Amino acid sequence: MSTTYLVTGVAPLGGEQVDLLLQDGVIAQVAPAGTLTAPDDVTDVVTIDAAGLVALPGLVDLHTHLREPGREDAETIASGTRAAAVGGFTAVHAMANTTPVADTAGVVEQVWRLGRDAGWVDVHPVGAVSVGLAGEQLAELGAMADSAAQVRVFSDDGKCVHDPILMRRALEYVKAFDGVVAQHAQEPRLTEGAQMNEGVVSAEIGLAGWPAVAEEAIIARDVLLAEHVGSRLHVCHLSTAGSVEIVRWAKGRGIDVTAEVTPHHLILTDELARDYDPTFKVNPPLRTAADVEAVRAGLADGTIDIVATDHAPHTREDKDCEWAAAAFGMTGLETALSVVQQTMVDTGRMSWADVARVMSSAPARIGRVDVGPQAQGRPIAEGEPANLVLVDPAATRVVDGAQQATASGNTPFRGRELPGRVVATFLRGRATVLDGATVETAAEVTA
Amino acid sequence: MKHLLSTADLAREDAITILDTAAQMAATQSREIKKLPTLRGRTVVNLFYEDSTRTRISFETAAKRLSADVINFSAKGSSVSKGESLKDTALTLAAMGADAVVCRHQASGAPHLLAHAGWLDSAVVNAGDGMHQHPTQALLDAFTMRRHLGGDRTDGRVGPDDALVRGADLAGLRVAIVGDVLHSRVARSNVHLLHTLGAHVTLVAPPTLLPVGVGTWPCDVSYHLDETLRDVAPDVVMMLRVQRERMSGSGTGGGAFFPNPLEYTRKYGLDARRLALLPPHSIVMHPGPMNRGLEISAEAADSPRAVIVEQVANGVAIRMAVLYLLLAGDDSTERAPIS
Repeated sequence: MSTTYLVTGVAPLGGEQVDLLLQDGVIAQVAPAGTLTAPDDVTDVVTIDAAGLVALPGLVDLHTHLREPGREDAETIASGTRAAAVGGFTAVHAMANTTPVADTAGVVEQVWRLGRDAGWVDVHPVGAVSVGLAGEQLAELGAMADSAAQVRVFSDDGKCVHDPILMRRALEYVKAFDGVVAQHAQEPRLTEGAQMNEGVVSAEIGLAGWPAVAEEAIIARDVLLAEHVGSRLHVCHLSTAGSVEIVRWAKGRGIDVTAEVTPHHLILTDELARDYDPTFKVNPPLRTAADVEAVRAGLADGTIDIVATDHAPHTREDKDCEWAAAAFGMTGLETALSVVQQTMVDTGRMSWADVARVMSSAPARIGRVDVGPQAQGRPIAEGEPANLVLVDPAATRVVDGAQQATASGNTPFRGRELPGRVVATFLRGRATVLDGATVETAAEVTA
Repeated sequence: MKHLLSTADLAREDAITILDTAAQMAATQSREIKKLPTLRGRTVVNLFYEDSTRTRISFETAAKRLSADVINFSAKGSSVSKGESLKDTALTLAAMGADAVVCRHQASGAPHLLAHAGWLDSAVVNAGDGMHQHPTQALLDAFTMRRHLGGDRTDGRVGPDDALVRGADLAGLRVAIVGDVLHSRVARSNVHLLHTLGAHVTLVAPPTLLPVGVGTWPCDVSYHLDETLRDVAPDVVMMLRVQRERMSGSGTGGGAFFPNPLEYTRKYGLDARRLALLPPHSIVMHPGPMNRGLEISAEAADSPRAVIVEQVANGVAIRMAVLYLLLAGDDSTERAPIS
């Protein structure tokens, strides 16, 4: 018998306060605040006073690196999905660049099953586009789509599908099962040895530059390919003002393209490279203040569809070294919502309803996980699955990597005060986080 | 500050103190007994991750002339080639009690990390890091320029004169730096230091060998050497080494930075004709090692204007001054002026 939750005085999407009854995995009742009481025939009821809290549909991340299988020293599916729950997520898409690569039905089913066993969030494996991410031969996209994992998002993320004919074939092939190719846009020849954004800072501190055009040229090519073959394209972690312009143009033309921005590209700039702290080494690199403003504007006006974390945990030894020797990537699951609040909500550029769109309903729709018994990104309404996150927007906290649930400490926000706190997360009516702390699942307890 | 990492960190007064101290050091080097007891009992580690015989020997000579114990740690003959991290190497050096670590590394920022990551307490001297900085090279270049061209020479004095230039900066000096600026830590270090000392720098290179973002540097930029020689009439022409691998680019085709060596020499080489365009007092510099016939002709390299060999000698004096100022101030209440 599962616990029933009575959430009182909460503001769905920051609107009017209501009471919510979460029972048997669904939102059983929505009523004006102060009018709902626990049903008499249910004994196991927990009441949560949620006055001052905002309710959002459980967050959906389209871009997460869980590192398992292969790099369990950096993150496991269990630790990464626990971090996701702490951050308010109820579903994540696990990127394919594991060891072995998730390029077969066997590997994606393993990831899917480990995610289900952990029980923190729904884990939707992303399948590799090419065998071994080598960019040469299509992986068995159909087998992965037909597997128990039901893969719909395909990506060589970490590497770009740079061969135009392979990209064309992938875009065409996934139409058979309504899949989408999520492209890591990085022209490889323009970025050989690249370490950071190419510009004023790279010139001064002597690190090889990663020019904006290396991203923009691939996006421009891919939107035209998507138009030509009538397929849908998703652009991963777009980071430059020029990329925003190209996606805006493509959407105006009616091309079926969606785009994501990471929290770190909404707030951090390449100035942070000046101290050679590899915490700030990431791909695509941190760009300029003008690019940060452009991606914020693009997110606000809908050119950029979603925020995705690109949560990229790395071991300490992979970051405690020379910049050139360090790994690319930073963690993000536990800070994403706070960064979006600070950059978009607290600045008045977006409402909480917009946040629910860019962090839940739109990513669920792009990943095709918005329907069915495990549907994510649904409205907060009676009869819908009880995937919810309760946020205290008035709270603030100082980020401490050592206190996070992720197994890695490479947060770029260490020591920084961020607004907002995830108070509770519910996955189909079961609390994964309560009062800011994880609620151990059956799997964790028996482990 | 207890380190020398970048010329961008050097205030004008600090730079002039180093130059003046180097002049004193240079004076001691004409004595029969060249060795000074100043750093007796101190340990200087030359931590070299990149081949550089001349820079390492220069630092080694400087430290030994100050009576310091010198340990040479080169990446090839050490556990680094077996994959020891920079951090573990630094911890090892700290445990052995290094007072100063002179670091050459192919990764930009490695000396910065050594100085600031909390791994060791030693003074860190950047002996060249990636495409970032090579501050002692810029200091020895400035020292060389100053003794030839600095100070009040309205009476028509020519030639090196350390007494005349004591305390002087390089105000008004016109310096052309020619060649591969993109990959050059020497160019970056010189642009900052020469600007701080009041000189006017013009970088001359094909557009492919200039970094995106060079427009924000405190200098002028030209694509044409002949024009610069004619219009700027530089007091100093500094030729940069062109690395062989820049001619072919990496990977397959198309990545080379210029069509071929002949075209580079035609457009950017300092040959006899261009040498003749220079004002009579101008000097020719090169950080070495030179590619004779590519960026500099034999006529230019061997001409009386060339101070290239003298740069090497001045390098020892500058490195003596830097080590002295970083280490000798430790025992007294007076801190070293390099900060």
